[in-house]
Amino acid sequence: MHDPLLRLSGLEPFVLTKDIPFVNVGERTNVTGSARFRKLITNRDYAAALDVARDQVENGAQIIDINMDEGLIDSKQAMIDFLNLIAAEPDIARVPIMIDSSKWEVIEAGLQCVQGKPVVNSISLKEGEEAFLHHASLCLAYGAAVVIMAFDEQGQADSFQRKTEICARAYRILTEQVGFPPEDIIFDPNVFAVATGIEEHDNYGVDFIEAARWIRQNLPHCHISGGVSNLSFSFRGNEPVREAMHAVFLYHAIKAGMDMGIVNAGQLAVYDQIDPDLREACEDVVLNRTPANGGNPTENLLDIAERFRGGAREEKKRDLAWREWPVEKRLEHALVNGITEFVEEDTEAARQSADKPLDVIEGPLMAGMNVVGDLFGAGKMFLPQVVKSARVMKQAVAVLLPYMEEEKRLNGGDQRSSAGKVLMATVKGDVHDIGKNIVGVVLACNNYEIIDLGVMVSPQKILEEARAHDVDIIGLSGLITPSLDEMVHLATELERENFDVPLLIGGATTSKVHTAVKIAPRYTRNQAIYVTDASRAVGVVSSLLSNTQRDDYVAGIRAEYSEVAERHERAERAKARLPLAAARANAMKIDWTGYSVAEPAFTGAKVIEDWDLAEIARYIDWTPFFQTWELKGVYPRILENETYGEAARALFADAQAMLQQIIGERWFGPRAVVGFWPANRDGDDIRLFTGADRSAPLATLHTLRQQTAKRKDSPNLALADFVAPEGVADWVGGFVVTAGPEESAIAERFEKAGDDYGAIMVKALADRFAEAMAEMLHQRVRREFWGYDPDETFDPQELIGEPYRGIRPAPGYPAQPDHTEKRTLFDLLDAEANTGVQLTESMAMWPGSSVSGLYIGHPESYYFGVAKVERDQVADYAARKGMDLEEAERWLAPILNYRPEATAGLAAE
Amino acid sequence: MNSYSLPPTRTFAALEQAARERILILDGAMGTMIQTLNMTEEDFTANGHIHGPGCRHHQSDHPQKGNNDLLVLTQPQAVEDIQLKFALAGADILETNTFSSTTIAQADYGLEAAVHDLNVAGAQVARRAADRATAEDGKPRWVAGAVGPTNRTASISPDVNDPGYRAVTFDDLRLAYGQQIDGLIAGGADLILIETIFDTLNAKAAIFAAFESFARIGQRLPIMISGTITDASGRTLSGQTPTAFWHSVRHARPFTVGLNCALGADAMRPHLSELAGVADTLVCAYPNAGLPNAFGQYDEEPEDTARKVEVFAREGLVNVVGGCCGTTPEHIRAIAEHVAGYAPRRIEETADA
Repeated sequence: MHDPLLRLSGLEPFVLTKDIPFVNVGERTNVTGSARFRKLITNRDYAAALDVARDQVENGAQIIDINMDEGLIDSKQAMIDFLNLIAAEPDIARVPIMIDSSKWEVIEAGLQCVQGKPVVNSISLKEGEEAFLHHASLCLAYGAAVVIMAFDEQGQADSFQRKTEICARAYRILTEQVGFPPEDIIFDPNVFAVATGIEEHDNYGVDFIEAARWIRQNLPHCHISGGVSNLSFSFRGNEPVREAMHAVFLYHAIKAGMDMGIVNAGQLAVYDQIDPDLREACEDVVLNRTPANGGNPTENLLDIAERFRGGAREEKKRDLAWREWPVEKRLEHALVNGITEFVEEDTEAARQSADKPLDVIEGPLMAGMNVVGDLFGAGKMFLPQVVKSARVMKQAVAVLLPYMEEEKRLNGGDQRSSAGKVLMATVKGDVHDIGKNIVGVVLACNNYEIIDLGVMVSPQKILEEARAHDVDIIGLSGLITPSLDEMVHLATELERENFDVPLLIGGATTSKVHTAVKIAPRYTRNQAIYVTDASRAVGVVSSLLSNTQRDDYVAGIRAEYSEVAERHERAERAKARLPLAAARANAMKIDWTGYSVAEPAFTGAKVIEDWDLAEIARYIDWTPFFQTWELKGVYPRILENETYGEAARALFADAQAMLQQIIGERWFGPRAVVGFWPANRDGDDIRLFTGADRSAPLATLHTLRQQTAKRKDSPNLALADFVAPEGVADWVGGFVVTAGPEESAIAERFEKAGDDYGAIMVKALADRFAEAMAEMLHQRVRREFWGYDPDETFDPQELIGEPYRGIRPAPGYPAQPDHTEKRTLFDLLDAEANTGVQLTESMAMWPGSSVSGLYIGHPESYYFGVAKVERDQVADYAARKGMDLEEAERWLAPILNYRPEATAGLAAE
Repeated sequence: MNSYSLPPTRTFAALEQAARERILILDGAMGTMIQTLNMTEEDFTANGHIHGPGCRHHQSDHPQKGNNDLLVLTQPQAVEDIQLKFALAGADILETNTFSSTTIAQADYGLEAAVHDLNVAGAQVARRAADRATAEDGKPRWVAGAVGPTNRTASISPDVNDPGYRAVTFDDLRLAYGQQIDGLIAGGADLILIETIFDTLNAKAAIFAAFESFARIGQRLPIMISGTITDASGRTLSGQTPTAFWHSVRHARPFTVGLNCALGADAMRPHLSELAGVADTLVCAYPNAGLPNAFGQYDEEPEDTARKVEVFAREGLVNVVGGCCGTTPEHIRAIAEHVAGYAPRRIEETADA
């Protein structure tokens, strides 16, 4: 069986594993052990008292002991106050607490204040078994581990015999009668002062160490702790000797099984580094040995002790390197880390170098809070830390406040001391207010006056109070869905009642989209603004109340929200799909009466030879080339772009150089095939025929129809709509072009030479060549091969804007997203034999620098996207193609507006 | 005071036996189901006739719309029907509609005096739904008395000027929870489910109160404990990590520990995995149906939620699963189907770092 381990927690867990030889329990927040801490508590200087606690944690205390047993103070209240304050300090609260008192009522009060699993220090058999049972059961019910003092009805155990007997008895009661987990039991067998000059005390060190050993061997899973400083009581004032005694004692006690102790982690000598003479003298005392030179160990230690007096070791210094940073960075550091210690002097320094005190708030302080907001958003800070940052902010603002008031007074302004009044309420029907309270806290820290109306506030009350207090901003919070409607309702009411103050919206179910779509449009007199989380509230409110920033800020929000609303509407429209029959009924209705188009110069496929690379290069559209290199911008303007114009120019120069090589050394061997066939529309398909009489069917081109809900007048298109129906002579063409297979071999050569840049460049240029060939070939088709526009005179760069008649849609692109249509096209053109371009299993073309497509010649044809389609169309399409539904769904997966059944089970894999 | 020495209730062993055999199913969300009924103020108050099981009449000046817990008195049939649907969809454990039935939470509605009746009736209504389902399909059902977090935090101050201040104390919570748990037990709850814990100190008060209630009846009910993690930081609202949370509540020796609500199953998975790695008891998870959309609605499809919850089962993280906000009977059915093939998590000796 696995050894059960002591498991404690603060905000973070602590497990006493085998790898931890000894747990440091911080002792300085103990009024009985630290005069300084006692003074701080009696003077109620809790801020400094918290610093003491924080220092201990920073110095490595894994648990902090808190003791308020002082006759002059209300120990119970002090325990409650201090533990509640610690709960608000995440850098202290992260470690478990040891609640230390000799009075049970103080311990119980402490147990009611900690959310983690603490340690109670201590209970004992001092008042008999009944009280012990009672206290132990309560410790268990509160979920605490417990320190058991070796103390019984007869008194405190001093000898090995008494220590072990009492501990064994307590252990039996706890494990057998209370059901206490043995791993949660920590025995304190009493560390007593040695070297006191009283002979009976001489063996106290040994008694403790041996009792510890016995307990660990005989009482399974429990632990041993002790207050180490008692040991050296007789050497008060001689810190080096005391530290040496502690180190020596711990060295031996830990070996015997002591695994926890109340020590000053910042002041502990290292056993190996103690002066050997001192170490030996201490060892003689602790282990009650006769010194090597004979005599009495205590006197021996006293003799040499004076040699080591003074020379007190310096306390470990905190890392204050950040104090050297510029003031803005210091303020940011203080805000992020919740450090209040220097914030006043730093704020003052910032104020002195700023034009106005307000600039400090709007500048460095707000910048720091934004960092906090970013970290919170990224999950790198958690809420109690954010609240702490807000408190640092509050202190900073408090420094600036008198100056701001003075400035106002000098300017003859009003005497209002707050930065503005914010009314906050959880709306009617909703009782969730934690988030709202946090926002209130954060805003209050920034000197805003908060008028908090609480939860379930009716709209009437919000309006009344807003008017009565003449508030500057209204903030609404809600967590449940119906609250969203309440907020919309309130916005309507504000509008109706002629309010003109900003309306902030926050809470778990609220969103920017909802605010933009549903709330903001109801309240046009001012602006409704969604606030993501508490850490953002200050930025929003300060922008809204700043005379200089307000207008721009609100204008920015308006623009953003109108875009959000528009996007939402588009998305909503996009979601609605028409049944296929309805989409077909809304097909594009071209009037074909009297339509005639030129007959192509040939039908069937024809290979196009003798490509001139220099001529092709003239047709290159360079904009996509830059996109390949992730430079976004339109050629040629991109060459003058402020940000990356220089990079673009260098790239373009390299491209031009390689282009000359490609042309001069004929790197590529371009090939192309083009064909035309008599064609007619048949529903959503296009039938191709072998001959002009259109009697013998050759093949069918299948097309997909848009199923999006359209605004009126806008058709639901399919490519077939652009082809004439039976009875009207029409043709459809097709083509495949490639820059040639050479590209990949050349790229490979570059790669082998370690020139990845060259490899990418040659591929990018090959792609451009293929696209340019497609453009060039299309022009020849219009002028010559099909010849429906023989007089077209656009120059190559003009063609980029597609000013010409007809389109060349490619299978796998938006107008026909089905890649398998390539197969039909390739077969019609015998493209693999004619151009060397092959179709892979997934219907990709190899080599990559290839382009294929159909030619459609009607003047009203244009490019469009099919977008997502419904199951009814896919079933119909699959049937037309003679394909399994499942296979069709696989090819069309990216455009399905539904989850196909066959793959539903696979998606989660 | 502690209840470990008390005898377990009769259903305790049956529940443990069932949990050893398979992954148990907890029901889905009551709140979002009630919202779909679009009830009016008059529906909520039954036109002002709020009666407890003993015909005690309750009155309040506050509007009651949104006080979902009140429906166990004013619209018990609607609540029972929802619970029955969850049960027939596959839920083994039905939660009572008593999330906010404490004097602390009901203070917002002026119905503190009705708290005992709310809990007794809440348990009775769920019991009826459970019995009807069992009569129909012969499968055992258990009723979990739902104990919510209240709307106050015992370890966070609502007042920035006074971080040591507390709007509620441990004892306030202990008394309120005690009253609730007594009512739930009286109404026939088989388990106590302390859920949606955002402040562990609140939960510790509820655990303490449960021990006291158990002592009063001389029997020990199984306790389920469920925290909620809503921050991207992976901590509870009060700042604890999942493991620290477990250490804080382990003394309850709960039947299950786990997580609910929050940001949906995907976001829950890493935290659940941490908890399952340290907890030496059964693990329970009932996430929301994803994140609410921009309009506050949960639109994650049953299949989607179920597939994500199935991942918990496949990875051996869970013994009990169900749904929180936005989950419907269809979600529960899908979840039950998806996890049916998986063995429940075995309680391993926990790995200590």
